[in-house]
Amino acid sequence: MSTHSSRLAARLMVAPSVALLLVWMIVPLAMTLYYSFRLYRLISPDRTGWTGFTNYVWFFQSPDFWLAMGNTLVLVGGVLVITVTLGILIALLIDQPIKGQGVLRILVIAPFFVMPPVAASILENLFMHPQNGLFAAVSMALGYEPILFLQDYPMSSVIGIVSWEWLPFATLILLTSLQSLSSEQLEAAEMDGAGAFSRLRYIILPHMTRAITVVILIQTIFLLGIFGEIFTTTQGGPGSASTTLPYMIFKQAIAAKDIGRAAAGGIIAVILANIVAYFLMRGLGRNLDN
Amino acid sequence: MGKIELTKVRKSFGEVDVIPGIDLIIEDGEFVVFVGPSGCGKSTLLRLIAGLEDTTSGTIEIDGKDATNLPPAKRGLAMVFQSYALYPHMTVRKNIAFPLKMAGMDQAEQDKRVERAAKVLNLSNYLDRRPGQLSGGQRQRVAIGRAIVREPAAFLFDEPLSNLDAALRVGMRQEISELHQSLKTTMIYVTHDQVEAMTMADKIVVLNAGRIEQVGAPLELYNFPRNLFVAGFIGSPRMNFIEGAEAAKHNAQTIGIRPEHIAVGDGPWEGVVGLSEHLGSDSFLKVAVDGIGTLTVRAPGEVHAHHGDRIRLAPAGKIHRFDANGLAL
Repeated sequence: MSTHSSRLAARLMVAPSVALLLVWMIVPLAMTLYYSFRLYRLISPDRTGWTGFTNYVWFFQSPDFWLAMGNTLVLVGGVLVITVTLGILIALLIDQPIKGQGVLRILVIAPFFVMPPVAASILENLFMHPQNGLFAAVSMALGYEPILFLQDYPMSSVIGIVSWEWLPFATLILLTSLQSLSSEQLEAAEMDGAGAFSRLRYIILPHMTRAITVVILIQTIFLLGIFGEIFTTTQGGPGSASTTLPYMIFKQAIAAKDIGRAAAGGIIAVILANIVAYFLMRGLGRNLDN
Repeated sequence: MGKIELTKVRKSFGEVDVIPGIDLIIEDGEFVVFVGPSGCGKSTLLRLIAGLEDTTSGTIEIDGKDATNLPPAKRGLAMVFQSYALYPHMTVRKNIAFPLKMAGMDQAEQDKRVERAAKVLNLSNYLDRRPGQLSGGQRQRVAIGRAIVREPAAFLFDEPLSNLDAALRVGMRQEISELHQSLKTTMIYVTHDQVEAMTMADKIVVLNAGRIEQVGAPLELYNFPRNLFVAGFIGSPRMNFIEGAEAAKHNAQTIGIRPEHIAVGDGPWEGVVGLSEHLGSDSFLKVAVDGIGTLTVRAPGEVHAHHGDRIRLAPAGKIHRFDANGLAL
């Protein structure tokens, strides 16, 4: 079915959605780009005009900027390492034939259905809270002072919360990949003298490379924009210790009411995302082939 | 070397006895074929020998040592799987070298053995390809290569040719037989195809419902089947079984006569040809014989009999006699 007229018809029929998607993407991007070069403060709406790169320069000179960039990357990297590592281990565990496998799998996946701010509140108040939290209770039972998670380890706490949310996603994808591994391959490896660890290293992990790549790529896209968890817990603090780029943009837009600067931050975030994507695709993209 | 002895080996999955108890001795250097219809337990038996399944009771001895509870890797056996089970992310070279690498062999020795195996199996030009880039027959050879580099006490083949087309199957059958001639290692081969069994085996083990029906050389099974099951299973086309008055003439409950042991021409039986298949070298006729039923006849060469013709037939070979329990008389 690839005559000249059928191809033309196909193009015509796809055209509206392509056009819509293009507008959907181009308009916000163009507007952000436009505002990023404008002086546009909601506090002084009468003072407007072109400012050149002032908004960008402000960002690059802001003492928090490089910290926020670093925090963003630490957040993404930390969550990826935790979710992929634990995801592989949990997937291996729940792939074992046991009673109640179905229920167990639903339980493992459940955290993913919790909304980000809710998840953050649950972990903040029920687990990490220095007075009411489970961790505090454990610390005190063992005779230690409760750990002040959000105050002393703000980035680690945020990474922990976000990992808790994304671990089920990673586990789910990795589990399906694990289930598609033919048992004969594992048996062949067993006959070939490969122990449990060698089977993991030489058979299971190579088989899962593609799924791991997918997990890393998808999670990176979402993790670069993590905001709700920080907003509900540390508010970017103490000081700016847990401020990430999206949170910094939020502070400029809502707290400082400077739309121009926030737009500039948005453009910087887009560029950062593209740089990360470029390196990820270069490093991992070939895993997606064949 | 590779003598394998099974004593009262039993395997059950839950309530179901897949193998109720098997005694079998496989001599060193023998080519033994397990044959039987699907679900007869032949693959399970092979997996028990390989160590991929635990025995419920009984013992498996390899070279006089009890191997019943040894893990697969410690038994010194190599297996070729039905799906070949090649490692798709490794090159052919790495696939073949994998068992050597796992054994901790040094690189030079690994390379030497891989090269040697590749030469034997005509894979030298494909060593740097991945399994996905090979044809079915080549994959099969890689799987065999992976098995032979280890120099195992015995090879286990689990229906290795069932994924190949007919022409390749005949070729690979010969290659495996030649491999056995040159290596002189014990081989255990599982198949449901009695032609493979007849052509390759030194010794055939006919299995049915987890029980051994008969063990013997191919022609022994062909000429002296112990019961109805073996008689019907070995030989192609299938043996004709006749009951009733005709069998009573031979003092038997059932008599069996192979299609190739019926001659077309003058004889006591008369019938109408239902179906005729002309292969050139042979002609297969299905004849509805009066008072007996349908007989399959294999006549050599070209026979000019077609649908609806009345012909006469005569028994021209051994008539197998069976009693009421299906055992040979």
